[in-house]
Amino acid sequence: MSLIRLDHISRRYEMGSETIHALRDVSLTIQKGEYVAIMGPSGSGKSTLMNLVGCLDTASSGTYELNGTNVSHMDDNQLADVRNREIGFVFQSFNLLPRSDALHNVLLPLIYAGISPEERKQKALDALTQVGLADRIHHKPNELSGGQRQRVAIARALVNKPSILLADEPTGNLDSKTGVEIMALFEDLSRHGNTIIVVTHEEDVARHARRILRIRDGLIASDEAVTNREPHLVALAGP
Amino acid sequence: MNLVTEFREGLSISWSAIRSNKLRSGLTTLGIVIGILTVSLMATAIQGLNQAFVQSISALGSDVFYLEKFPWERVDEWWKLHNRRDFQVDYGAALMKESRFAQAASVEASWNYPVKYKDRSASSIWVVGNNAQSALVRGLTVKEGRFLSESEVAGARPVCVIGSEIADRFFPKESPLGKSLKIKGTNYEVIGVLDKFGKFLFANMDAQIVIPITRFVSEASRRPYVMLMVKVQDPKLMEEAKEELRGIMRKIRRVPPGAEDDFAINQQEQLVSTFHRVGGIIATVGLFITGLSLFVGGIGIMNIMFVSVAERTKEIGVRKAIGAKRRTILIQFLTEAAIVCLLGGLLAVAIAWPGTLALSRFLPVTLSLPVIALAIGISLLTGVVSGFLPAWRAARMNPVDALRSE
Repeated sequence: MSLIRLDHISRRYEMGSETIHALRDVSLTIQKGEYVAIMGPSGSGKSTLMNLVGCLDTASSGTYELNGTNVSHMDDNQLADVRNREIGFVFQSFNLLPRSDALHNVLLPLIYAGISPEERKQKALDALTQVGLADRIHHKPNELSGGQRQRVAIARALVNKPSILLADEPTGNLDSKTGVEIMALFEDLSRHGNTIIVVTHEEDVARHARRILRIRDGLIASDEAVTNREPHLVALAGP
Repeated sequence: MNLVTEFREGLSISWSAIRSNKLRSGLTTLGIVIGILTVSLMATAIQGLNQAFVQSISALGSDVFYLEKFPWERVDEWWKLHNRRDFQVDYGAALMKESRFAQAASVEASWNYPVKYKDRSASSIWVVGNNAQSALVRGLTVKEGRFLSESEVAGARPVCVIGSEIADRFFPKESPLGKSLKIKGTNYEVIGVLDKFGKFLFANMDAQIVIPITRFVSEASRRPYVMLMVKVQDPKLMEEAKEELRGIMRKIRRVPPGAEDDFAINQQEQLVSTFHRVGGIIATVGLFITGLSLFVGGIGIMNIMFVSVAERTKEIGVRKAIGAKRRTILIQFLTEAAIVCLLGGLLAVAIAWPGTLALSRFLPVTLSLPVIALAIGISLLTGVVSGFLPAWRAARMNPVDALRSE
């Protein structure tokens, strides 16, 4: 069974009298444990695809099965539940809550999941340790560097053990060195069996993945395995 | 996620949101403070007014008829009453001779006169002309000395019985008994001091001087308005007593058969019903006007909550992305509005406390627990009602659009 199965998905927007076809009849499957990059210029429909896969939006037509469940016709609250259990979001601008410390930001998905206070604290600490921030748990976002903020966001995305880690330009607001560190973290997570989807327009970021989907004009233009993976990782894997 | 957790999370979010916008939250709260304060003070004042009235009314006595020229109610054709003859002092004795129901009849007239004792003087003291039965009818008791006697009234003797405040004022260090008090230029011997009676809406009973009615009439520079207060023996037979008194009065005043009464028999009940009508209007208008200020405060809350929702659109998007349901967001913002209003309510009660104490010098008011509970309840309700629309807008936001906003 595929983790993600999109079957003839279309997404149209009404803009005044005009209809915009953001996605046209896209079909796609992604297996558990895959590391996929979605590429495309702005306006290609890649953000729409990401929103649909991330259950933030629903398709105009077609079927979306996530982990064996048809989510195409779910209402707002059901989708919120699916996002909470199945999807971990990582955003370009981190999107941490500014008034909450790192720990509380990571706790939030667990609070929404209704997990008991003791258990959620333990899980949040584990997730922050996993991203190397065990010593920063009481720092507010503005007391952390960009890389550290993105690590908190990744910890928040991972804390509920979601089926998919969905990252939208995760290195877009970081300098290249920090970006590399974040991509190394993704590599590590991928090796531990997490399913990762990265949306990006940067070729070298995409080449960290093992499969690249190129979107153009609302269609999948190409879908290929990565043969020449990004050399940073080779360097990082070394001594 | 259960409601308790949601509520607790909402509380902590709201608290930090309120703290990070101290000035804005403070100003918004101020609107609620003013609203709740005016409403609760108005409610307290109305309550006090009612209570003061009931006390004063009961001082009139439910078993007493007030016989006089004019009725207490408003009369449309007042000019018809204008030519009624004055009441005479001897009506009291004549009435007592005839009546089976009356226990006592007090003849009464009063005016304000200057009073002097040695170097102490007052320009305007309430001087009441009474007869010997007045103490019983008016519920006055004597602390020192005695009340007016029949012979003193019959002989129009220059004697007086004084209220306790008058005694304190003119005779602070000596016994007033036997002293000579100068009222409107004439000396009166003090023969008694009244017990403390209390202040009432209409008059301060402790600041009166009682002299024989006969003396009062002869000394008066203009014709006094004389009336009778008749105490009925059996309060269960008020209706019968009233009919009898009416007949007697018609006879005394020689009203021809078939003609209308040229006098009025008033009683406490008339005032009560008039008061309830007027009091009801005052309460409605007062609470409506003060309620408006609370309404304005509520609009302030709604306004600021719309701003708060707008500037936290991105946060709402993030929360939704990681699994917040509509209800969660709704509760979060409702809690915030409710907390601002609750703080306002508590602050208002804290201010109303000394306010009520100040008010209690004029009216028998206390800030009762039900009023406090009501004030806090209303402030919470204001928060929830005025916060609902903004919170509902936040809860219904589309996560994609919310995340895209900056």
